[in-house]
Amino acid sequence: MTPLADVGRLAGSYDLVVVGAGPAGLAAAAAGAESGLATLLVDENATPGGQIWRAVTTTPMKRRETLGEDFWKGADHVARFDRSNAAYAPRCTVWSLAADARDDGLIEIGLSMGGKARMIAARQTILATGAQERPFPIPGWTLPGVMTAGAAQIALKTSGAVPDGRVVVAGCGPLLYLLANQLAAAGANIVAVLDTTAPGALRSALPEFGDFLRSPYLAKGLRLVAQARRKLRFVSRVTALAATGESRLEGVRFARGGGVDERIACDALLLHQGVIPSINLSNAAGCAHEFDETQHCWRPRLDDWFCASMAGIAVAGDGAGIGGAESAALRGEIAALGVAARLGRLDAGARDARAAPLRAELARCLRGRRFLDLLYRPAPQFLAPPDDATIVCRCEEVTAGQVRDAARRLGVTGPNQMKAFLRCGMGPCQGRLCGPTVAELIAETRDMSLAEVGAYRLRPPVKPITLGELAALPQTEAAIRAVVR
Amino acid sequence: MSERRSADVLIVGGGIHGCSTALHCALRGLSVILFEKDHAGRHASGVNAGGVRQLLRDVAEIPLSIASMELWLNIAALVEDDCGFVSEGQILVAEDEAELEIARARVADLRLRGFTHEELIDARELRRLAPAVAETCPGGVVSRRDGAAIPLRATQAFKRRAAALGAVICENERVERVARESGVFVATTPRGVYRAPVLVNAAGAWGGALAASLGEVFPVETIAPMLMITTPMPAFIRPVVILRGRKLSFKQFDNGTVLIGGGHLGKAIPEENRTILDWRKLAVSAQTVWDVFPIMRSATIARAWAGIEARMADDLPAFGPSRLHEGLFHQFGFSAHGFQLGPGAGAVMAELIATGATNTPIDGLSPARFARAPG
Repeated sequence: MTPLADVGRLAGSYDLVVVGAGPAGLAAAAAGAESGLATLLVDENATPGGQIWRAVTTTPMKRRETLGEDFWKGADHVARFDRSNAAYAPRCTVWSLAADARDDGLIEIGLSMGGKARMIAARQTILATGAQERPFPIPGWTLPGVMTAGAAQIALKTSGAVPDGRVVVAGCGPLLYLLANQLAAAGANIVAVLDTTAPGALRSALPEFGDFLRSPYLAKGLRLVAQARRKLRFVSRVTALAATGESRLEGVRFARGGGVDERIACDALLLHQGVIPSINLSNAAGCAHEFDETQHCWRPRLDDWFCASMAGIAVAGDGAGIGGAESAALRGEIAALGVAARLGRLDAGARDARAAPLRAELARCLRGRRFLDLLYRPAPQFLAPPDDATIVCRCEEVTAGQVRDAARRLGVTGPNQMKAFLRCGMGPCQGRLCGPTVAELIAETRDMSLAEVGAYRLRPPVKPITLGELAALPQTEAAIRAVVR
Repeated sequence: MSERRSADVLIVGGGIHGCSTALHCALRGLSVILFEKDHAGRHASGVNAGGVRQLLRDVAEIPLSIASMELWLNIAALVEDDCGFVSEGQILVAEDEAELEIARARVADLRLRGFTHEELIDARELRRLAPAVAETCPGGVVSRRDGAAIPLRATQAFKRRAAALGAVICENERVERVARESGVFVATTPRGVYRAPVLVNAAGAWGGALAASLGEVFPVETIAPMLMITTPMPAFIRPVVILRGRKLSFKQFDNGTVLIGGGHLGKAIPEENRTILDWRKLAVSAQTVWDVFPIMRSATIARAWAGIEARMADDLPAFGPSRLHEGLFHQFGFSAHGFQLGPGAGAVMAELIATGATNTPIDGLSPARFARAPG
């Protein structure tokens, strides 16, 4: 592996560019380079690992049991990537990825490192941009002191930091219990875990229980929940939730099953109700997406080799549908085999033979997933906040009531039109945070399905770039050749 | 979908032009059915820079532009929504003396023709109106009543008002075929067959194909003008600024964000409702802003996009009666400057349909000018 610290050191063109250095991206880049492709892995972070293996090579959390064995598995994947011939651009932001406007069949990628922008080309790309936390809009969620469980986990992994004072963890899903255990092990004062898993969810998930019994999740999941229940104050069947406080978080108010309001004083509230594919790049690139009813989220429409509807773009890992770290690495590996075949490094027979055991392993990994997806599907009141005063778009401070009003009174039928009326989704986050909630509110108000309502069309730059960076891009063919050499 | 299958007027296209014509036809008591294959304002009408500009228009368009401006200045009375319209003026900035000389000649020519909306300004007045413009610019031209609006909001306000007055608006309903049978236009969509004696082609980037399907060929191409917008900046400019030499239009909104346009083109793929941006040309725009507005050097670009528009060979719309079919009217090909014309063009089109004539001079925009066009 060759690390590159300056955007000028990137080649002008690669056989394969992989975006994201989590499980899927590391596997895809290593496999691509091993099959002889000129491969570049670009990643926003300083070190490889993505979210799940964040800082696996550098974390100060050396006691292995604090972060758990699954975390340390990442080290092997990083080591394999290190041994490969791939180029690696850390601290590198991809802000645009699309078919080249010049129609040369290549994918054109706009990226920045250290304040300098550059356009490069790729014959094939694999997007391994992973997942993001599903928004969890409750009254008061914009108060200082409220953050997502994922953000708390980043602080824990990278610098060993735990929130100060009394901590309440609220929501549902495996990551919530994992984080509660990790934080407790690291010394956080967790005063309660408020579980919002819907009471009816178990019933709808039960038909999938047989598969779950044979799944690798079972033992792990039961252990997590049991640990959390044994060591922590565990409050189940929470049906309403609000963060309270004047200028910062002072406590949390909640209700169980339509009962009376209860209160817990706290200094930090960590919210989480599952993860959804991070589709910003594939969406902005113009790939077709479809709504996954089971996982209740949008994902790119892919073929057997994880190719998207746009030629030259494949999507692997949780960005293609939530499956967890092991499945992500397998999908990255399979996607790279597809690329190698498309670029003539493998014939179809060899590709299929090598993919077969990976696909079998992938099926084993995903067994039981449906049970988890159905069990931890968020309750409707946590997807579309009933209280009209709840802020939905944090960037532009748009409330649930405003969105409902525009949907009802102005006849707005989709999130893209909503932008023009309320500016929701037009702030710096580009709608990454409010998109799902705005769509839920429109669907609820107009009695439409989420698939009909649609999602924001994301506009590049997918991450902001400065005017100066853009102005300094080589603008003429001659200047481009001079840079590419 | 509509219960109604016949009307006085069928309109193809739910951009600001189609919606405005629907509204004005309804105001005149005509029954209207409008078809839009996506939602109203999905393309050029909803994603343009929102410039409400009389400044620097071709002489052939000026009367229509002035008629439209009268409606913009009182837009809430027409559509019951202010459309986000603000009238802070538009300024053409001359970057050097040679450009200022061309501007001087232009303003003098307009005066001779009786148009007074463009005024020559010197460096001092330019600095007073737009202090952030680089010191080196020697002056320019201002059109003080010009401004900007929020395009999708405006287009949908016309749609809602037209519907409130009885026009039938069929969104997500694509016209697959039109034909003229015994003097009546027949439009076929996946949901039905519709008939009317009058058909208005307001199909924007798809207008050329619609006209061609009726045997009338226009020298039109599909373009994708690109725009980008910044994150909020401190307030530093009120009017819209455009340049003469280099491609730039520039506007700061009340919330501080700055819209940068000017006509650099990406690639349009109209069959797929999709565009591809050309970042190297956006880089040229960024360089121009860097030069003309030093304050913008610290700005952050939040989004870039492109609309899908029709451009005529002479950059002027096809506006008026068809040269082939009685009852067919064209209202497309506005060549990336049709947004401001929408309200007035709808009024004039409705007048043409209802009375057969208009007092607004539009001869220079007539589809008949392409009578000898190839094809």
